[in-house]
Amino acid sequence: MNITKVLTGKEGEKLFLLGNEAAVRGTVEAGVSVASTYPGTPSSEIGDVLSKLAKDAGMYFEFSTNEKVALEVSAAAASSGLRSFTFMKHVGLNVAADSFMSVVYEGVNGGMIILSADDPSIFSSQNEQDNRHYSRIAGIPTVEPSNPQEIKDMMKYGYELSEEFQIPVLMRTTTRVSHMRGVVELETPNTDKKTGYFKKDPKRFVPVPANAREMHRILVEKMEKIEDVASNSPFNRIFNKGSKIGVITSGSAFNYAIDVIEKNELPVNILKIGFSYPFPEKLVYDFIKDLNNVVVIEEVDPIMEKDVLAVIGKYGLKTKVHGKLDETLPMIFEYTPDIVLDGMRKVIDFNLKEKQSYEPDIPLPVRPPTLCPGCPHRAAYYTVKKAVEELDLDAIYPNDIGCYTLGIESPYEMADYLLAMGSSVGTSCGFSKSTDQSIVSFIGDSTFFHAGIPPLINAVHNKDKFVLVILDNRTTAMTGGQPHPGLPVDGMGETAPEISIEKIVKAVGVEFLEVINPVSVDISKEIFKKALQFDGVAVVISKYPCMLTKKAASNQLLMNVDPEKCDKCLNCVKDLTCPAIYVAEDGSVDIDSMFCKGCSVCMQICPKKAIGAKRLS
Amino acid sequence: MKPYNIYICGVGGQGIIKTSIVIGEAAMKSDMGVVMSEVHGMAQRGGVVSTELKIGDSKSPIIEKSNANLLIAFEPMEALRAISKASKDTYVVVNTSPIMPFNITESEVPYPQIPDILDELKSKVKGVFALDAEKAAKDAGHILSLNMVMLGGATAVSGFPIDKEAVLKSMRANLPQKSIPINMKAYEKGFEFVSSN
Ligand SMILES: Cc1ncc(C[n+]2csc(CCOP(=O)(O)OP(=O)(O)O)c2C)c(N)n1
Ligand code: SF4
Ligand code: SF4
Repeated sequence: MNITKVLTGKEGEKLFLLGNEAAVRGTVEAGVSVASTYPGTPSSEIGDVLSKLAKDAGMYFEFSTNEKVALEVSAAAASSGLRSFTFMKHVGLNVAADSFMSVVYEGVNGGMIILSADDPSIFSSQNEQDNRHYSRIAGIPTVEPSNPQEIKDMMKYGYELSEEFQIPVLMRTTTRVSHMRGVVELETPNTDKKTGYFKKDPKRFVPVPANAREMHRILVEKMEKIEDVASNSPFNRIFNKGSKIGVITSGSAFNYAIDVIEKNELPVNILKIGFSYPFPEKLVYDFIKDLNNVVVIEEVDPIMEKDVLAVIGKYGLKTKVHGKLDETLPMIFEYTPDIVLDGMRKVIDFNLKEKQSYEPDIPLPVRPPTLCPGCPHRAAYYTVKKAVEELDLDAIYPNDIGCYTLGIESPYEMADYLLAMGSSVGTSCGFSKSTDQSIVSFIGDSTFFHAGIPPLINAVHNKDKFVLVILDNRTTAMTGGQPHPGLPVDGMGETAPEISIEKIVKAVGVEFLEVINPVSVDISKEIFKKALQFDGVAVVISKYPCMLTKKAASNQLLMNVDPEKCDKCLNCVKDLTCPAIYVAEDGSVDIDSMFCKGCSVCMQICPKKAIGAKRLS
Repeated sequence: MKPYNIYICGVGGQGIIKTSIVIGEAAMKSDMGVVMSEVHGMAQRGGVVSTELKIGDSKSPIIEKSNANLLIAFEPMEALRAISKASKDTYVVVNTSPIMPFNITESEVPYPQIPDILDELKSKVKGVFALDAEKAAKDAGHILSLNMVMLGGATAVSGFPIDKEAVLKSMRANLPQKSIPINMKAYEKGFEFVSSN
């Protein structure tokens, strides 16, 4: 399928869409005018597709500097009467949380959906926080789709709800829903284009204490009304088998539950919750009041389970509740059909036609992810490490989030402390005040724009001493290569002013600033040594493009190892660990030309000068 | 219909997701239900990549253990890593050219011998079709057509629920126009291999 189908597909047509692609189709059918994001797995593909289609859809789309800015862009659009969409990974909502709280208080005029893509089991994140807690902190109506079709349908529904009650709506997905592909039947696109107009109303839009108190009162009233809507929503559905045992489930967990129940022909009633907050209390009460047992199946925290227990307490019911709290199901990580099956067997006794299951008999080596061949981060790590060794320093390496976090792996082991995006710089300030160790911290270019600038100001102002290496690979690589403010192009592919990292660093007042090409090993090493000896904040910008975005040069270097000269010291294999270099079965060292990018770092570091290069012409 | 479950695994960069989409769209166009799960993000920097496809009426795209009807392994060791999805009723199509993990020289556990991998697979599943897909792809004209060699092989396995014609149509709709001739050749090499074994 050509991705433009997401925009041009006609009513009734069926497409095989990724959850994230279905979200984009949702914006097309709902007539969204403004969309904004900061990339993050598992929501990144929404932005990747929008950046291709927004222009033709007559929509404005941007990759904002960070999630807080993204949310603010969409909040302003919605308060001006336009439909807006902001989306982020779960931890992105932490960054946006301050403004998120306020936009829910203030409400909107045009519809606004905030999508949070949670990551149960932590496939590519720093935690598996359950953002349904944010529904409760903020008081925001929340929908939880189970598949791509529902993502699209709930987008349309969400915008109507948002406008009816003048409140933003949170859509909570998980990795397995965002990265699930399924058949999506399309409806008609909404092509009415609108221009926003902001009608001033400080009582609604400026939360000084007197106004904020009123806003909170109105919010609570709205949510009481919306509870009725949730209890009657078409997305909260009962599958009644007239049983005394029931299951309440949402999101991906619903898929596992219904497959297990149907495959094993279990006599169980199901309540599928799609509109999950305000918790549809009346509906849940009706569903459980005559049941003996109810199993709550949800990812990750026992949130609905506690809500169900509250309903039971409130109405004095006798129904027994099973879930995480009684260890019927595991407390953490994502579920699978097998996990749900095990849980159900603790509640209902049934026979299984189980097949013999296998584990591998031969022990298998792991296959961890690694920096690409020719990755500039590898060269920077190698060189900093050598500089530190040559000066015989005891250095700590606060690190940050991006491809370069893979520097945690052997042989580099140069990621010692990490909290969240931007923390490399802030924590370096703290280490500088707390220890006499040398400090070299690493941050990527996209992360620097996202959250690295305020802590750098902090460092200069508070007279800290550390080296900050800004790994400027000219892209947001980890999430698939999105542009950021340091590039001359914006989220819709238009040319845009390029914000200079160098000028920012200078303007902040950093007195030691060097820009290096990390693939020039010896020059870089001398600069790192100087930086390490500088008394103050020293910034080194290591500038070289990521291999994802760098076009292969037609005159790329073709590397070869001279077996006569190579004495098998394995410096290139063990200290550099470029995946293109390998030890053949006969023990000789060789370079796989399929993978090699010709960066020449291995050639520069070979003590025997055994690695040579030819220009490919 | 009874679900037909396909587990596809290998290493980042081998074209696994594309292959899975070709199968999924072919199923959809053949009026079958289909759901699929993909892995994106961190795992793609040279790590393990897998997709799961369920054709039929399933709601969840995650295959229960021992419930894959077909395992398509783009890399031999990864076939074994996925063995918990297989049973004595599973067919396996496996590429025999290995990709070493980048840290294998430092690893305490060596890369297993290919014949040992194949023997273990054969002892556990219903049938194993082991082919050197890397060579077949190069013979077809480009190493990157390896995924179509594997797809061709998969389509020829007995019980595969989608017609070859539908798979080919989906392939043409999903790959760049100018790559089609090479990919067609690659596909036929895989198909031939499995049909004649
Ligand atoms: C708050 C937050 N938003 C988004 C992400 C997802 N994410 C992880 S790393 C990264 C950016 C990486 O870009 P950069 O710093 O340039 O490093 P590179 O990957 O290019 O080396 C993003 C967006 C995150 N982990 N946390
Ligand atoms: S994608 Fe780019 S930044 Fe990430 S490891 Fe590869 S070359 Fe390095
Ligand atoms: S030149 Fe050397 S270090 Fe660079 S990609 Fe090739 S093998 Fe790796």
